[in-house]
Amino acid sequence: MRDVFSMGARPIALLNSLRFGPLDTPRVRYLFEEVVAGIAGYGNCVGVPTVGGEVQFDRSYDGNPLVNAMCVGLIDHSNLQKGVAAGVGNTVMYVGASTGRDGIHGATFASEELNEESQAKRPSVQVGDPFTEKRVLEACLELVELESLVGIQDMGAAGLTSSSAEMASKAGSGINMNLNLVPQRETNMTPYEMMLSESQERMLLVVKKGHESEIEEICEKWDLDVASIGEVTDDRNLTLYFDGQVVADVPVTALTDDAPVYEVESIEPVSFKENQAKDWKPASITDYNETLKDLLQRPTIASKEWVYDQYDHMVQTNTVVVPGSDAAVLRIRGTKKALAMTMDGNSRYIKLDPENGGKLAVAEAARNIVCSGAKPLALTDCLNYGSPEQPNIYWQMKESTKGMSDACRTLSTPVISGNVSLYNETSGEAIYPTPIIGMVGLVEDTAHITMQQAKQAGDLVYVLGEGSAHFGGSELQLMQDDEISGIVPKIDLDVEASRQQLVLRTIQAGVVQSAHDLAEGGLAVALTEKVMGTSLGLTVTLSKDANTLFSEAPSRYVFTVKASDADQFESLMPEARAIGHITDDAQVIVNDDYGQSYINASTEELTRIWKGAIPCLLKSKA
Amino acid sequence: MKAAVIVFPGSNCDTDMFHAVKDFTAAEVVEFVPHTANSVADYDAIFIPGGFSYGDYLRTGAIARFAPVMKSVSKEAAKGKTIVGVCNGFQILQEAGLLPGAMKRNKDLKFICRTVGLKIENHNTRFTSEYAKGDVLQVPIAHGEGNFECDDEALQKLHDNNQIVFTYVNDVNGSKSQIAGIQNEEGNVLGMMPHPERAMEAWLGSEDGRQLFTSVYRHWREMNVVTN
Repeated sequence: MRDVFSMGARPIALLNSLRFGPLDTPRVRYLFEEVVAGIAGYGNCVGVPTVGGEVQFDRSYDGNPLVNAMCVGLIDHSNLQKGVAAGVGNTVMYVGASTGRDGIHGATFASEELNEESQAKRPSVQVGDPFTEKRVLEACLELVELESLVGIQDMGAAGLTSSSAEMASKAGSGINMNLNLVPQRETNMTPYEMMLSESQERMLLVVKKGHESEIEEICEKWDLDVASIGEVTDDRNLTLYFDGQVVADVPVTALTDDAPVYEVESIEPVSFKENQAKDWKPASITDYNETLKDLLQRPTIASKEWVYDQYDHMVQTNTVVVPGSDAAVLRIRGTKKALAMTMDGNSRYIKLDPENGGKLAVAEAARNIVCSGAKPLALTDCLNYGSPEQPNIYWQMKESTKGMSDACRTLSTPVISGNVSLYNETSGEAIYPTPIIGMVGLVEDTAHITMQQAKQAGDLVYVLGEGSAHFGGSELQLMQDDEISGIVPKIDLDVEASRQQLVLRTIQAGVVQSAHDLAEGGLAVALTEKVMGTSLGLTVTLSKDANTLFSEAPSRYVFTVKASDADQFESLMPEARAIGHITDDAQVIVNDDYGQSYINASTEELTRIWKGAIPCLLKSKA
Repeated sequence: MKAAVIVFPGSNCDTDMFHAVKDFTAAEVVEFVPHTANSVADYDAIFIPGGFSYGDYLRTGAIARFAPVMKSVSKEAAKGKTIVGVCNGFQILQEAGLLPGAMKRNKDLKFICRTVGLKIENHNTRFTSEYAKGDVLQVPIAHGEGNFECDDEALQKLHDNNQIVFTYVNDVNGSKSQIAGIQNEEGNVLGMMPHPERAMEAWLGSEDGRQLFTSVYRHWREMNVVTN
């Protein structure tokens, strides 16, 4: 959030993407429950709604869970702030919480391989205080209105060191700071500790000389610590004083731009060719009803209501589409526009086939946005990998970012920010390569907002796109084999892009009642999700095979359309196939080509097992 | 009607409350009033919004009730002015002694954000006159500590005086008698955990909260505007 409001933007939404091991150990259950409670405790208190996200569970995260957060802010262009330390003689000011010893070496810790000794490094974890954050937020949004504010930046990783050096670097200036003036919450802190502390809720400001009192006035109103701790110089050095002595005098560029560039070896792992050579086929399915129910209970597919129930997703009263749909949608007060946002990434595909998997991740995020009636605008990414010093891991990074970058070019979605988390390994075992995509799209007119749930009985059900015979990395494979192998569904980015445009045009034409993209669990799960939690059912005809029902091949959608709009829909989207209709009997029925039903279950039962799966796993004491 | 929306450090439903009053009633003036204000005597209706005043430190509402503005709120309450506390606002009113009972943590010890069914138990109040008794509204809740608690004597009094205004249709948080909202004996101070200000527009989920605000406005109008 601080990165967003230090730009002058008001945070309007939070999303998060979580990765944990399977919920079958008390340790993982504890971590999962506490992480969710922690995110809730912070976001809820600050008053920024947590509107969406995703959670996946896989053995590879057992010892190294991932928590990726995304914040979306709204800004008036004229208020755009930059983190620059310009204007020789201007004052460097410190605003926010006081500095403690928490989080010293936090950034280094975050990039370290975890092992038995890691527990001893808990002081490296920063302690957050959402109440201070809320006050810093409100104060900053007042500060950015001041003419006298030259630059502002969050004290993030490496705290005072990186924020001061980066601000000076961007302006081509230097900074002198007297560390005795830094507000401190602990006694006898050394300059080293102060410069590396990652205490949260702190901002560094550069203010026109003589205007310090304007800053102080706002900070006092919000009861925040504020101190003038230095000034901007022209010597391009970061010079630190403590007890009257110069304790550091370093060229700014040595800390920012002149970082060494490593040439790391990249080697394709043997397993890649093996997987490409030996495709995996699902074991024959005898009871499709049971397979569907089993899939719905997979924690990765199951309802995440247990999670988002704990997040205040409505505060600020802009949330039109609440968590649980493909993307969350927030109206922009006073306009006809709305923003759609989502987070996505399937690391199993990337593990097996990083380049293709990278494309799939971006494409799925964009499909989520399109399904909600929005045009994808841009994305941010969180790149989580093992140690890049391992040639195989570096290869994963190289290939998956190449895939993502190709997809971004084809889908016209620039990557506007991001972060990187490396060395995600426990006792030598790396996590799956896990780039997470956070994407935002623009709904031109709120009338276009579309949800995934079916609206009323009688509507026709259409599907766009075909399944494939490749099940590498699919939920069905993991369920049957408990491991992943083989060929991942391929994506054709040109097909992906043209279908997205087609879907958006059709939604904008007003003939789509609901839209949903196909993801984990394939068509059978997507169809069920269309009626989950409603009193509706559906009856469709589909050939009885795993490729049709459970393939996770990309670029596919399910729509419901009013019977009276069917002609127009079909003329706009001739490729889409009508497969059945929505019913009012609350039964999910799939018939084969001979009219014989092979999936037949009540919506109520499917909803119950889908919603119950995660709470049930958390209650088990095994 | 002149309405005040009180803002404590950590309030976060203040803007939502402001819009509910401003956009959905005919109130002439709706203003934010900081916790440092010495008087709210100029206002006809005082709204205390939800949020985490003072970070919920110590106990929800326990610090806010000492904020300078609360002296004046108590004074105006005693004069019969309309006071509405929602969520954290309700907790503050309890701490200030303007409403009975206290809030425990939700029975499952988790924060809950969800739209729930809310039953009108008493429509003969200045807050609910535009509803009918037994109406079931859909209104969001968003709280970690909304588990209403009071002793038997106090509960009996709430029942005897028709002070229970809203109850939950289902037991969502463990509240005694499923109490979601109560008024004081005099009927001019309301506290409720659900967020009517989040239920103002159908496309955001529900518009069942509107009548609460229009009821408050109607009461003021009937008391203050002489009609021919």
